Amino acid sequence: MTNGSWFPLSGLARGLALTMKTLFTKPVTVNYPLEKETPVPRARGVIALDPEACTVCMLCARECPDWCIYIEGHKEMQPPAKEGGRMRSRATLDRFDLDYALCMYCGICVEVCPFDALFWSPDYEYSEHKISDMLHDKERLEDWLQTVPSPPALER
Amino acid sequence: MEVISDDLGGAFWLLLAIKIGLILAVVMPGALAIIFGELKISAHMQSRMGPYFAGGRWGWAQPLADGLKFMQKEDLVPDAADARVYRLAPYVVLMGTFATFVVIPFGPDLVARNLDLGIFYLLAVSSLSTLGVLMAGWSSGNKYSLIGGLRAAAQLIAYELPLVLAVVGVAIQAETLSLSGIVNAQASWQWFGASPEWVNLIPPYMILQCLGLGIFVVASLAELSRIPFDMPIAESELTMGYLTEYSGLRFTMFFLGEYAGMVSLAAVASTLFLGGYWLPWVSVGMLNILGPFVLLSKVMVLAFIFIWLRWTFPRLREDQLQVIAWKWLIPLALFNILITGFLKVVI
Repeated sequence: MTNGSWFPLSGLARGLALTMKTLFTKPVTVNYPLEKETPVPRARGVIALDPEACTVCMLCARECPDWCIYIEGHKEMQPPAKEGGRMRSRATLDRFDLDYALCMYCGICVEVCPFDALFWSPDYEYSEHKISDMLHDKERLEDWLQTVPSPPALER
Repeated sequence: MEVISDDLGGAFWLLLAIKIGLILAVVMPGALAIIFGELKISAHMQSRMGPYFAGGRWGWAQPLADGLKFMQKEDLVPDAADARVYRLAPYVVLMGTFATFVVIPFGPDLVARNLDLGIFYLLAVSSLSTLGVLMAGWSSGNKYSLIGGLRAAAQLIAYELPLVLAVVGVAIQAETLSLSGIVNAQASWQWFGASPEWVNLIPPYMILQCLGLGIFVVASLAELSRIPFDMPIAESELTMGYLTEYSGLRFTMFFLGEYAGMVSLAAVASTLFLGGYWLPWVSVGMLNILGPFVLLSKVMVLAFIFIWLRWTFPRLREDQLQVIAWKWLIPLALFNILITGFLKVVI
């Protein structure tokens, strides 16, 4: 007999006592649809987009390892800032689709965005019945912007 | 029931149908209740919750939902299989299990057929289901199934002996082989020749035959090939043993057979060792009504112990299984017979 027990079969009895004790303790399960887990502050739930900040630079779409970002845009001419100046061009975002069926939540797009247009949101409840419905457009991605937590205070 | 059937010989087939219906009406819900209990108890023993949503509260409809799902699955017969034997095997398993209920008394008159050689019949038919398992393993045309079936046969030979020898102690003590007779012997037992009847609420054979009860429980776990002794199935080494090739309804029959077997062996154990249907203070008429509930509650207690053991202990090795049977259980059972016989003669 190991573990310092001397009586025959006492190890078996200890095992039985443990399962009996566990039977009457509260399960650790979070009973999901009824009670919800609070995600950690930096949870990678879903990627949110700020379309105003996006400059259609395509860096995220190029860096994405599994090619799940689809971007289209066009140039719009802006009136000159001063009287008699020349027209300025501005890139406008037409389409920003992210296929969450392909996305592997690596976060490279969020890291690489030079204009802070992409954010991690802790929201995780966007499952669909069809895999094709996992392609979300920029309106949906913008809605998730509301759920992005404010950044933590800067360290001194 | 037995009284009626003797009077009305002409209505034999009708009575037979009623008896079969009644037995099914007791065993099937019992098996389903144990399946549900296993789902929930195993979950809570592992700090989980188990089924929760099927059927509304506590997920009570989960076993029914599982059964419905299995019925929708295709019933496959492999090309290499011996098709006729392969198809027949689940019926043999279920038949062997249900046949034990013929002699189990649920009340003073609630017994399908009170055989004088009740225990002998019982132990004989309970080995039938292992024959079904061997048929399944042999006919599947699969090496895992074959090894599983052969392991089941080896297990049967090893554990049938302690099972029988443990029962012999009870038979000596009660001086009868009829199960109703054993229940009556327990009801009329008197400690030191002068204890009142209600003392037998603590079953006398549970104390006098405690060694036999322990051996019987361990051996019936091995008979049922439940987890500490599930080498014939052994998911991790034999995929699923003799069940590997089965699917759909035939798999369900094996699955149900295992749990119906739990009901049957627990009913046998509670009849032999735990006083059966008997209650003090009530008349024979009342006992016919209350008896089944008393017996079934004892069955559920034993089923809980089976489930508890299953979710606590890991599977034994094949050689350890044989060592436990031949080096421990059989000598202990023989010792039990010796002591029982000695005390019976001396006192």
